[in-house]
Amino acid sequence: MNRFWGFVVKEFLHIFRDYRTLLILFGMPAVQLILFGYVVTNEIKDARIAILDQSKDETTRKITEKITSSGYFRLDRNLHTYSEIEEAFKEGDIKLVIVFESNFTRKLERERQAHVQLIGDASDPNTANILVNYATGILNNYLRTRNAEAIPLQILPETRMMYNKELKGVFMFVPGLMAMLLMLISALMTSISITKEKELGTMELLLASPLRPMQIVVGKVFPYVFLAFINACIIILLGNIVFGVPVRGSVTLLLFENFLFISMALSLGVLISCLTNSQQLAMMISLVALMLPTILLSGFIFPVENMPKVLQWLCHIMPPMYFITIIKSIMLKGNGLFYIWKETLILVGFTLFFILLSVKKFKIRLA
Amino acid sequence: MKKGSTDIIIVKDLVKKFGNFVANDHLSFEVKRGEIFGFLGANGAGKTTAIRILCGLSLPTSGDLSVAGYDVYSQREKIKQNIGYMSQKFSLYDDLTVFENIRFYAAIYGLSKKEIVQRADVLMKKLQLEEARNKLIRDIPLGWKQKLALSVAIIHDPKIVFLDEPTGGVDPITRRQFWEMIYEAARNGITVFVTTHYMDEAEYCDRLSIMVEGRIAALNTPLALREEYQAKNMNEVFLKLARAQTEEVA
Repeated sequence: MNRFWGFVVKEFLHIFRDYRTLLILFGMPAVQLILFGYVVTNEIKDARIAILDQSKDETTRKITEKITSSGYFRLDRNLHTYSEIEEAFKEGDIKLVIVFESNFTRKLERERQAHVQLIGDASDPNTANILVNYATGILNNYLRTRNAEAIPLQILPETRMMYNKELKGVFMFVPGLMAMLLMLISALMTSISITKEKELGTMELLLASPLRPMQIVVGKVFPYVFLAFINACIIILLGNIVFGVPVRGSVTLLLFENFLFISMALSLGVLISCLTNSQQLAMMISLVALMLPTILLSGFIFPVENMPKVLQWLCHIMPPMYFITIIKSIMLKGNGLFYIWKETLILVGFTLFFILLSVKKFKIRLA
Repeated sequence: MKKGSTDIIIVKDLVKKFGNFVANDHLSFEVKRGEIFGFLGANGAGKTTAIRILCGLSLPTSGDLSVAGYDVYSQREKIKQNIGYMSQKFSLYDDLTVFENIRFYAAIYGLSKKEIVQRADVLMKKLQLEEARNKLIRDIPLGWKQKLALSVAIIHDPKIVFLDEPTGGVDPITRRQFWEMIYEAARNGITVFVTTHYMDEAEYCDRLSIMVEGRIAALNTPLALREEYQAKNMNEVFLKLARAQTEEVA
């Protein structure tokens, strides 16, 4: 075993000497988490709106007050004519314009209905949609309180968002980030580290030495198991301390699933380095073939259920989707192995498959 | 196979094919214990293919081969423990120090901690690298790197050392010093198997085999080869051989 440890020591030296990469590896989880936690958010806060109030009576004033005090909207300006609406959008900051028709209160009382126009800036369709929904919600709410005495029958929905009460986006991003970073470190870094050895010609030397091929591969992979694992812990801790993302399930199980996913990604990295001899190609394959699906086809950002069927099938042959499902299930729902054994088994299957394929490729190369 | 005999490498009818391409066409030769055996040929003549097979890096298509008394098909692990190998690209790690490189190679050949420290000290003293002990390899001159690479390749006292074009891209003075090191290794009982395409270096070898298009075109001492082909130097011998071969093909 002395030989093997000599080899592992060398690998650690390579990693520690390249302090820039090391800095990126450990800085990345923090930066990414903060970026995703604060910047990439679906929540609306203080969106600028304009109001064209043609009545200026008691009701419209009350509604305006409700809207501006909701925290979602900030009144940027009052408009006076229709022609000013487009102008306001074009200037760029206004996301929503609310138009009250004239004689609002009177119409509401006499004809039992009055019109409000909600005009959204759909150059950003998601935001426009959300803003219109929020505004509609506030209007309905107002109507309900006003009708409270008049109408005897009413259905009052009381909503409760399970597992993520405040609908925080960061709850969704933590599992996704873990998948992305573990994939990056494990698959990308190992495939680069092995192909580097091939490019330098030192791989020949290692193979000509009494080290067994298996020892070389395991020795190469070994340090990255550590790095990836530390990174996973950093993400979980940061998520918990800074954003309050809970770990409701068993920590041991969570770490075990992380370890499983890391093994899967490492064997994928080994497989990539068996397929190519150049660092650059290994990097391209890892980035394009691994990172993109991990971000887009895993439920990280976009829910799998809403995709077209073909893309859904694609998602199902991508390991990250299962990992993200598992992590969400453990962290947010507090589930045990009983609920996620299927996904776990699939990850084990992927790992074995990649290892077998690598061994086969490796043997062909040697002959 | 024949342990204790004077032949440390025995090759009989070595054939290596890549698809339809025949890289080694029925090679047969023996290398004696302690000699410096030169393996000459133009680029693409099949030198590297043969050396890779002898080092256990790839398997022959057919033929009987024994290296250091072990069979190339079934005892590759034993062979690897008994040989040293230095490839054309320098085999040291740029981002490790001189000492770390020595320690690494000594460790993967199974030397104990005590041996590693002892041999590293002796080696650095000999190469006058004591002050560079903790310098990164990328910061020391090419000539030193190369001498260090050879020393590292024989740090475990192998029976045979394979040098695959070890002097590529170095100045003549360093090449000279490098060959002095090769002689020293041979004096210490290590058999040296060296490939090169520098014809002047060929003169330093005890015996030479010249490969042309996958076959051994000639094999003898440098002196005997010069006489046989009535040439002033090895370069002429080589040109005559290569020309004869192309005429044959035509």
